[in-house]
Amino acid sequence: MSDPHSTLVKIRDLHFSRGSKAIFKGLNADIPRGKITTILGPSGTGKTTLLKLIGGQEKPSAGQIDVDGLHVAALSRRDLYSLRKRMGMLFQSGALLTDLNVFDNVAFPLREHTKLPESLIHKLVLMRLHAVGLRGARDLMPAELSGGMARRAALARALVMDPMMIMYDEPFTGQDPISMGVLLELIRTVNQALGLTSLIVSHDLGESLSISDHVIVISEGKVVESGSPEALQNSESAWVQQFLNGRPDGPVPFQLSAPDYAADLASHEERLDA
Amino acid sequence: MLNSVRLLGARTLESVQALGRAHVFLAQTLIGMGSAVRRFSLVMQQLHASGVKTLSIILVSGLFVGMVLALQGYNTLVQFGAEESLGVVVALTLVRELGPVVTGLLFAGRAGSALTAEIGLMKSTEQLSGLEMMAIDPFQRIFAPRLLAGFLSLPMLAAMFSAVGVLGGHLVGVELLGVDVGAYWSQMQSAVSFSSDVLTGLIKAVVFGLVVTWIAIFEGADCVPTPEGVASATTRTVVKSSLAVLGLDFLLTAVMFSV
Repeated sequence: MSDPHSTLVKIRDLHFSRGSKAIFKGLNADIPRGKITTILGPSGTGKTTLLKLIGGQEKPSAGQIDVDGLHVAALSRRDLYSLRKRMGMLFQSGALLTDLNVFDNVAFPLREHTKLPESLIHKLVLMRLHAVGLRGARDLMPAELSGGMARRAALARALVMDPMMIMYDEPFTGQDPISMGVLLELIRTVNQALGLTSLIVSHDLGESLSISDHVIVISEGKVVESGSPEALQNSESAWVQQFLNGRPDGPVPFQLSAPDYAADLASHEERLDA
Repeated sequence: MLNSVRLLGARTLESVQALGRAHVFLAQTLIGMGSAVRRFSLVMQQLHASGVKTLSIILVSGLFVGMVLALQGYNTLVQFGAEESLGVVVALTLVRELGPVVTGLLFAGRAGSALTAEIGLMKSTEQLSGLEMMAIDPFQRIFAPRLLAGFLSLPMLAAMFSAVGVLGGHLVGVELLGVDVGAYWSQMQSAVSFSSDVLTGLIKAVVFGLVVTWIAIFEGADCVPTPEGVASATTRTVVKSSLAVLGLDFLLTAVMFSV
């Protein structure tokens, strides 16, 4: 890669709607190369959708996403697939193939995309499994793995093609403290050792901030704040402060918008009277 | 009133759209067929999953259907002293109609529902998205081998259904009711023609195999990715493919036997 400080993913004026609901309304963001970037935001802001847009599984209604200089939505199928070979994605559930054991799952992309001899595949897969600490689980089926182990196995599978970037979809959700620690350590070491770009979408604040170099906060289809984790803590945005500190009331009100409380309480009696 | 009209419109639009999606899906799967043929081991796995695993239910049903046909046929034929023609009745009924149709229905219930549930589960656990993100085309890797396997296995299953049914007819007609064994087989041999009976039955089975597997795979891939969505897609597969088999059977019979 030419310039290590350049941007790997460039998002410009991104619009996307699902049905009549607008999810992104002019989102702009840069994902720096070689760093760990976290996209934070409340549930339902379309963080996973953003990953799908970057991976070309969804097409934006307007705007542009460039990955490594390639305009994703305009790529031909063949070019999109060759770009995807350089991107790994870790789904929330792991998305391991249920009818294959851990070893075959990790070997799957190699067997599909390369003509490597089985002896070499064996070595490559065991190296990846060793890196995520699951060499001893190679014969287990996905159903026999815990959630954390499934994510580690999926990480090994995402790494086996030596991608330039990995996207993590909510990697910390529902993890116990130990597997959380394991995942954090893995994401950090993998990023450093392999020199790849990591993109995490999450709403687990503490965990994601502790390993991120760069944070982008999105809400209601736009970027609210972006910068280093420290800069974020000092943000002047009331919304960001409410989100970071988990205050129940603030710019995001505790009460969903509703008619006047007293009038609402009285309305039932009026109906009965009528 | 206005609401029911609106509802009718919405339902119609939705089913037309689904029909459109199903055809686009079929086209994409057929495009992926080339690579499925080149990697025939994938098709073999699916032949085992949808063909071999359906075999036992097909053989047992075939045997019983043949036995019942012989029993019912004998009771009618004997009134005209024509019980020697029992073999013809059993064989023609099986080869022309019941073989392909009952096999199609059983295949929809056994293999079709399993296909929909499998693919629906793959969708709801993000395995299909995962494949796409690994730059693996699900149409080539998942759907095309399954469609080809269903297309190949149903005619073979229907043939075995008919064969076992004829044996079942022999068991009841000849062994139990005392129809002459020579008459049973020789009349069958002279009355059943390969081109107009066996081949037409085979054509039906090929069509049913394609349609049932198509419906099953499409419903799985098109389902709402939740447990409820997968469950209702499985039900839809069985209902739609059963109706399709019966409807197409009438159409094909009308076309092939009226000329």
